[in-house]
Amino acid sequence: MTAKVITVTSGKGGVGKTTTVANIAVALATDGKRVVCIDGDIGLRNLDVVMGLENRIVYDIVDVIEGRCRTRQAMIRDKRLPELFLIPAAQTRDKNAVSPSDMVRLCDELRPEVDWILIDSPAGIERGFRNSIAAADKILIVTNPEMSAVRDADRVIGLLEAEEKAAPSLIINRLNQNMVKRGDMLSVDDVYDLLRIEVIGIVPEDENVVVASNRGAPLAMEGKTQAGQAFRHIARRLNGEIVPFMDFESLSLWDRISKLAWRK
Amino acid sequence: MNFFERLIGKKSANSAKERLQLVLIHDRTDMTPAALEALKDDLIAAISKHIDIDPSSVRIEVEHEGRSQRLIADIPLRVAARRRLG
Repeated sequence: MTAKVITVTSGKGGVGKTTTVANIAVALATDGKRVVCIDGDIGLRNLDVVMGLENRIVYDIVDVIEGRCRTRQAMIRDKRLPELFLIPAAQTRDKNAVSPSDMVRLCDELRPEVDWILIDSPAGIERGFRNSIAAADKILIVTNPEMSAVRDADRVIGLLEAEEKAAPSLIINRLNQNMVKRGDMLSVDDVYDLLRIEVIGIVPEDENVVVASNRGAPLAMEGKTQAGQAFRHIARRLNGEIVPFMDFESLSLWDRISKLAWRK
Repeated sequence: MNFFERLIGKKSANSAKERLQLVLIHDRTDMTPAALEALKDDLIAAISKHIDIDPSSVRIEVEHEGRSQRLIADIPLRVAARRRLG
């Protein structure tokens, strides 16, 4: 196995990065893939609660990097999916405890063991963000159809261009179709027009996301929620499948968007 | 939304898109509208040294194509009146 490293980032906080990582990870692992998630937000650990694994943490990423445990010991196995693991962020350490080259080394060590490594980047464009993108083969940018989220996404895309990283793909999260119809929310097409990067996922606003995080069981695990389905579609697209965007995912511009579906 | 926009029923999503288009140009080029004005003035001064132009009809804009930006300057030349008369 040679894992592909996917980093999920956004610029702005609170747009749904952690939810996205948890759900894509669950969807990939349900499909029988071996997946490790790394929480890159040192000092503000969160992926553990969204995945429902907060009570099992013994070691964290800083323990691995500083050699207090073996990588294996910091990998928490999911309760439901035996092929899904989490390496949690350190909660008490300062964010300079990890460097970009530490992340590259950690990912290189994990690559032969798993199929996918998903990194949950912190908000912002500082050290934690730099760490999170250092080893990335593919970067996914999460945004909401809303002014400041789109602006910050553009800023991050610009930074990645300057670093000559491979072109990132876009996930438009929390799309409210009724508001779009009323003309009170940017449409998928508007956001694409502004940012001009390939759209790999469109996730509708869904109350079930909060319910799922209350329970610590990501939506993509089961059931037929629209958001869960949208996340499963993103996972399939990452696997190289061409999955058409569903009705709720796209607007009238189905054709245009589907042409952009990610191909490996 | 100003009074006029309310009158013609302009949707907030359209305002958002228009505002973002401008904001993104400035973010990407690191150039404020004031800086663009200053550039325009310098350009007019430099070109006027060599050729007769009408400063009021000069237009400078940042256009975008995909994710790349370009500076477009439209500088109409004044008709060389003397030659015509002669």
